[in-house]
Amino acid sequence: MPIPFEQLLQGRPVFVNVGVRGFGDSLDEAGFEVIHLDWSPPAGGDARMAELLDDLL
Amino acid sequence: MVRTTVIRKNRYFDSVFLMLAARRIKAQPGIADASALLATAANREVLAAMGYGGAELAGAGPGDLVLALEGEEAAVAAIAADPEAWLSRGSGPGPGAAPEPRSFTEAVAARPACSVAVISVPGAFAAREARAALREGLNVFLFSSNVSVADERSLKLEARERGLIVMGPDCGTAFLCGAGIGFANAVRRGPIGMVGSTGTGMQEFSSLAHQAGSGISNGIGTGSRDLADAVGGISTMAGIEALENDPGTQVIAVLAKPPEPAATARLVARLGRCRKPVVLCLLGAEVQGTGRIRTAATIDEAVALALVAAGAEPSAQLRPDDRAMGEQAALLAGQLRPEQRHIRGLFAGGTLCYQSQAVFRKAGLVLRANSPLRGMLELPDPRVSRGSCFVDLGAELFVEGRPHPMIDATLRGQRLEQEGQDPTVAVILLDFILGAMASRDPVGDLLGAIGGVQDAARRRGGRILLVASVTGTGDDAQGLQAQTRALVEAGVLVLPSNAQAAAFCREIMLRIAQRKEVD
Repeated sequence: MPIPFEQLLQGRPVFVNVGVRGFGDSLDEAGFEVIHLDWSPPAGGDARMAELLDDLL
Repeated sequence: MVRTTVIRKNRYFDSVFLMLAARRIKAQPGIADASALLATAANREVLAAMGYGGAELAGAGPGDLVLALEGEEAAVAAIAADPEAWLSRGSGPGPGAAPEPRSFTEAVAARPACSVAVISVPGAFAAREARAALREGLNVFLFSSNVSVADERSLKLEARERGLIVMGPDCGTAFLCGAGIGFANAVRRGPIGMVGSTGTGMQEFSSLAHQAGSGISNGIGTGSRDLADAVGGISTMAGIEALENDPGTQVIAVLAKPPEPAATARLVARLGRCRKPVVLCLLGAEVQGTGRIRTAATIDEAVALALVAAGAEPSAQLRPDDRAMGEQAALLAGQLRPEQRHIRGLFAGGTLCYQSQAVFRKAGLVLRANSPLRGMLELPDPRVSRGSCFVDLGAELFVEGRPHPMIDATLRGQRLEQEGQDPTVAVILLDFILGAMASRDPVGDLLGAIGGVQDAARRRGGRILLVASVTGTGDDAQGLQAQTRALVEAGVLVLPSNAQAAAFCREIMLRIAQRKEVD
């Protein structure tokens, strides 16, 4: 269920963190709910290949 | 001494984890230097410049991890034999924890209340992840840089279509309902809403507002290019609108580096229709305030105006005593040797470098910078200081392949020691930025280099004036008071804000210039 941006300013955000883990950890330490994604570069790190694969899907 | 690289195929770790892993390896006996990097093209170049080579490194790609090791043969061999031992701590869920979702789709399925994606993957993949997050109905905080302008615009248009926002790319800081996202300080909630294209500017603003007893309702980061014509200010406008409708926001502060004239005009026109009082701080640009828009030349002024608009008193520290400052500047300038006539500014915060230039320009003083404000001169090689100059050490050139100077002080420390060797240097201006994601001890990281500068000046029979500001609050993990005290005890002159530290330096430099004229 998407939470439009303006409503977001009224509630308590729940975060999904991908990339630098510390970004999520500091939100977690501040008492906010954070879900970390287990991420690795798609297509073995080849951005162009990842784009081509995206186009196929 | 031997040098070797160890490649691990398809292993992703974030840059901060890798910096810490490299630090742990470097601290081992017999290891002279260690880097842990993803084998992006830029990082492979960095390693080549450091003297690493070989077919295996040349064949590695951006999804592969490289450990580059230099030291005594036995020590290097020991690390190379068991690299996993250095890569297994601190990154990933704890033992026994449930497996983490691998996509936004999985995350939203598991926890439908998810509302904000915080994305800091390498730039080449950032737009892809941001798009995936938007399609799952998530608002996006996009820290990653190196996203094309075309991708930025299309992401922001898609977000607008869906009633969402993209804060970024290249967005350092935001505050949503009391959550500081990215590089953010521990500030209380209050009546002032911020919209900003400048992360360190928002940190300085929110910290000063907190120190004055006020606080931040929400702070919307937009990314550094949002106001550029090619992007069209989509997130800035969305942020203004949201704060206008936010009952917790009484006054809206807009902070940005000066955009192109047409974008400035559009922004001023939009703000002119705002139902709430607005403070506009376009660092380095002169804009006339009209109607409900109050304009500020510095972040301090913006905070003072916002406090007044919210019905509070500006704190004493936002109203410096110019006369006392001038007298102290004259006294200090009088203690310098005749050959000392240059200032060097070494900044971790890009916006603070910019603001410091604006403070100097106001008095007609011209200097060099690697990101010069209109009227200032370009520093031809940012790695080499020339005359009086301000260097933003967070510029792309310096962060290629290594973490930002707010996290890793190594480069700034080395540069500081170099400045100490230059007998023409009179003043060095520094900024220290506290808060989440920043170094746990930004001042402590540079105390050795500060001592080195002072020793070098002393050996020449004089002193170099070190002037600094600390951006942060008493509630930050590093502690504003503790960090300030450490600077004062080291003999650094600390002012309550970057604008005031720059103004103090400017007064000293004006006295030095007068001294030259009298001579």
